[in-house]
Amino acid sequence: MDAVLDNLDVYVSGLFTTLRLCLWSGAIALVAGTVMASFRVSPVPVLRGVGTAWVTTLRNTPLTVILFFIAFGLPEIGLRGSYSGFAIAGLSLYTSAFVCEALRSGVNAVSAGQVEAARSIGLTFSQALRHVILPQAFRSSIPPLVSVVIAMIKNSAVAGFFGVAGDLSANGQSLTSAQGYAALPVLTGVVIFFWFLTVPAGLLLAVVERRVAVIR
Amino acid sequence: MTTRLRVPLAAAAVALLTFTLTGCGGGSDSGGSSSSPSPNVAAAPSFAAGTTMARLAQAKKINVGTKFDQPGFGLQGLDGKPKGFDVEIATLIAAKLGIPADGINFIETPSAIREESIEQGRADIVVATYTINDKRKQRISFAGPYYVAGQDLLVGKDNTTITGPEALKTSPTAKVCSVTGSTPAENIKKYLASPSQLVLFDVYSKCADALRTGLVQVVTTDNVILLGLASKADGAFKLVGKTFTQEPYGIGLKKGDTAFCQFISDTLKEAASSGAYERAWTSTAGSVAGAQKPTLPPAAACS
Repeated sequence: MDAVLDNLDVYVSGLFTTLRLCLWSGAIALVAGTVMASFRVSPVPVLRGVGTAWVTTLRNTPLTVILFFIAFGLPEIGLRGSYSGFAIAGLSLYTSAFVCEALRSGVNAVSAGQVEAARSIGLTFSQALRHVILPQAFRSSIPPLVSVVIAMIKNSAVAGFFGVAGDLSANGQSLTSAQGYAALPVLTGVVIFFWFLTVPAGLLLAVVERRVAVIR
Repeated sequence: MTTRLRVPLAAAAVALLTFTLTGCGGGSDSGGSSSSPSPNVAAAPSFAAGTTMARLAQAKKINVGTKFDQPGFGLQGLDGKPKGFDVEIATLIAAKLGIPADGINFIETPSAIREESIEQGRADIVVATYTINDKRKQRISFAGPYYVAGQDLLVGKDNTTITGPEALKTSPTAKVCSVTGSTPAENIKKYLASPSQLVLFDVYSKCADALRTGLVQVVTTDNVILLGLASKADGAFKLVGKTFTQEPYGIGLKKGDTAFCQFISDTLKEAASSGAYERAWTSTAGSVAGAQKPTLPPAAACS
């Protein structure tokens, strides 16, 4: 394990790059996913169509293809930016489709009586969504959201193939390929450092789930 | 058949069909005739008993690790076989052992697993743009070097600000592209004003695309690979032309096998004097415009 202990600074800097990537992508994905979930359950057919198209396209396209189109297709049509920005855009778009579906399952878990009661006291659809449905839906959909967030953290490794230098898995590769350390200890170190990101995320969301659990 | 069984059975049938169909796609077509020189295979070479050479000559088979994604050195063609300067060098060595071209089993050894492949015996030799350095010498031995590459910079043809690696510190907005895990990516880090200047992809062709669209200003790797990228770009790129590192490429083999190391070094010297080394170069990496013909560097002592 000398390979890991001698290069702790490389691992830690990789961890922080990956953390920054995941925090930005997670925040954007959660917001976009919530908006799309609202679209999918709304009574307006156009919005439902937009939501369905969003989820169908992004969920069924591989992440590498999405990142490829963003990192290489956008500059061709003149949109320029940093590769970190492209990676965050690609990762958050991809994850937002999964967040949308997780939330929609939560919305479906809210009993119909809640919607009827909201209607009967005069709330419009968007008011009912904001004050009655979405809060309950979030609480029910925490388990699938945990999985989606952990999958996103692991997917961030793909960003290393599309211009982002210095994330955790890319640093691991530079230690094995360029510097010649044995692959198994280095990659075990990469896995353990990914656990530093995914396990706390899972634990934190488990605590949140217990706090807001819906008592049935 | 009851409805309960029908759906799972149908799903299993579809899955089975999918797996068999994916297996069908892997057949290789016979490629066109290659223009690479075929060295004369030694008729009945004899070696001292117990040496690696004797073992390989008797088996008439050799496992060679090489790259499958390096233009000019080891690039996998549509027929599944790699072609390039490294492949030609390996063919020369195999020919001296009496092994014909179809007795050579090329396996892909990307940079990260070259040492493992030798240690575990999956490859008898590794000829894969393998830079000799002391860290690697702790695990395996090197024969050669057979080529000395140099790291260089590729810029757009109108770029006059970047004249060498020192210019990167004074142009902090210039982005530099290379490949994840490569030695050139490690080497360029000390010339950068800040780490955010470095952009990494998994293959060099993506770096060329990024240079073309202007999202990066510089691509850096070994000069021969840069020449290959420039030749495909129809004059849109130019090499800065100042190599700033020395990368001696060696042939990796099991640690401590000095007899085999000596045999390989002797084979390389013979190939240089007979012209086979030059032919190997001109038919592969040397066919790119601007590539300079190398001379065989003096062999390092075998240990």
